[in-house]
Amino acid sequence: MSRYFTDEHEWVDVEGDTATVGITDYAQEQLGDIVFVEVPEVGSELAQGDDAAVVESVKAASDVYAAVSGEVVEVNEALEDEPGLVNSSAEEDGWFFRLTLSDKDELSDLMDEKAYKAFVDNL
Amino acid sequence: MSENTQNLKQLPLDDWHRGHGARMVPFAGYEMPVQYEGVMAEHIWTRTEAGLFDVSHMGQLQLTGEGAADALERITPGNLSALAPGKIRYTLLLAPGGGILDDLMVTNTGHNLYLVVNGATKHGDIAYLREQLPDSLTLSHLEDAALLALQGPKAEDALAKLGIDPFEPDWPLPTDLYFMEAGPFLWNGIPLGISRSGYTGEDGFEISVPAEHAVTLATALTELEEVRPIGLGARDSLRLEAGLPLYGHDMNADILPVEASLNFALSKARREEGDFAGAERVLAQYPDKAAMKRIGLFVDGRQPVREGATVVNDAGETIGKVTSGGFSPTLQRPIAMAYVPMELSATGTAITVEQRGKKIACTVADMPFVPHNYHRKTKP
Repeated sequence: MSRYFTDEHEWVDVEGDTATVGITDYAQEQLGDIVFVEVPEVGSELAQGDDAAVVESVKAASDVYAAVSGEVVEVNEALEDEPGLVNSSAEEDGWFFRLTLSDKDELSDLMDEKAYKAFVDNL
Repeated sequence: MSENTQNLKQLPLDDWHRGHGARMVPFAGYEMPVQYEGVMAEHIWTRTEAGLFDVSHMGQLQLTGEGAADALERITPGNLSALAPGKIRYTLLLAPGGGILDDLMVTNTGHNLYLVVNGATKHGDIAYLREQLPDSLTLSHLEDAALLALQGPKAEDALAKLGIDPFEPDWPLPTDLYFMEAGPFLWNGIPLGISRSGYTGEDGFEISVPAEHAVTLATALTELEEVRPIGLGARDSLRLEAGLPLYGHDMNADILPVEASLNFALSKARREEGDFAGAERVLAQYPDKAAMKRIGLFVDGRQPVREGATVVNDAGETIGKVTSGGFSPTLQRPIAMAYVPMELSATGTAITVEQRGKKIACTVADMPFVPHNYHRKTKP
């Protein structure tokens, strides 16, 4: 399994044709207490860069964009009752949705862990 | 936030905030602390203990000269000429057409009027006041004073521990003040102006302190176990729960007082006199004849509605708008303020809000959402 990152602070785990998407620990730290996550509908087709989800903190709403294109096959139902999972476990239990990749070449637009770390260190 | 980050001013407590782990953001022309440990924790701390807020961005003004209250009444609807020394009144700065230019606190200090206005509007307010008030009055901007707010059920206990002295031996202590009363005090020889007031719905104090002593005072307060520093994020969620409107969001120059549900700021004597800026337009709406009105909303589900979301009717047409919205840490549910047509403003009315193409069911709610906990002389 490989993990990719975007400059919008999302992570993408790829296993075969399936990608799991969430926001990074850095992102949840910046957003603060998360009170609601609006995830996409299962079956929806996302193109890279589309609005995919919305993260609501006490203070503000933030868009999450589709890091890669594909069809949403599963969403994290646990976030409905426990949106704070994004704060406590952003890069594991706080995942947002899974999609079937429609264009694996798009992964080359993303950063690896080392590049993302360097990106964050420069912010 | 899209505020210009150039030419931002620093608060007297800027280093102190950073040293306490604050995340700083641009607000009202200043770099200000939005949060320290987190909005939710800071919010709950203020509701249960005591929070210290730096509100030094706000404008502290002094209006001095004979007839100051009468003159200020020409552009505000508050009964300021009847304000006794040591008393505070909330009022509105009105444009000639009655639109709200700002909301402010006016204190009769006994020898002049002390005004606290919003940070984002203070320079415009000063220009308007200078233009409208007679030249015989002196308006001073107290730029060398910081303003700290100590808010929460333990604010009184905390302040009592500081060892603040009366300004004169037989004068009252700060803890003798009731809600909307103010006075001068001394702390280790430092002059403090203390008001029993605030913007959280809790009991508490607002303390004007010479800027060069602000760090000493903030440090002494936060060294007390019941006091923690609180950022702008929690200040906003606290005031929203308290039903208190935020200037520039829940009211502006296009909004008249009755529309903003600020009827209480139109005092009876001044309504009868009808001699303030825009009185004809303002009073024509009193008490409930405006076309729209600011109300509170309970939002169904867990997703907050935010400023800018629209209120729609069954046909999907826009009939109002959300002006503030967020998640209430106390109630653990989303709440909002919105403008809706007067006929839909009664408590319990079902309202539909549209946000990012999604319709969200809401219900008109009484404000405050969370009961006020003021230290009143007589319980209402």
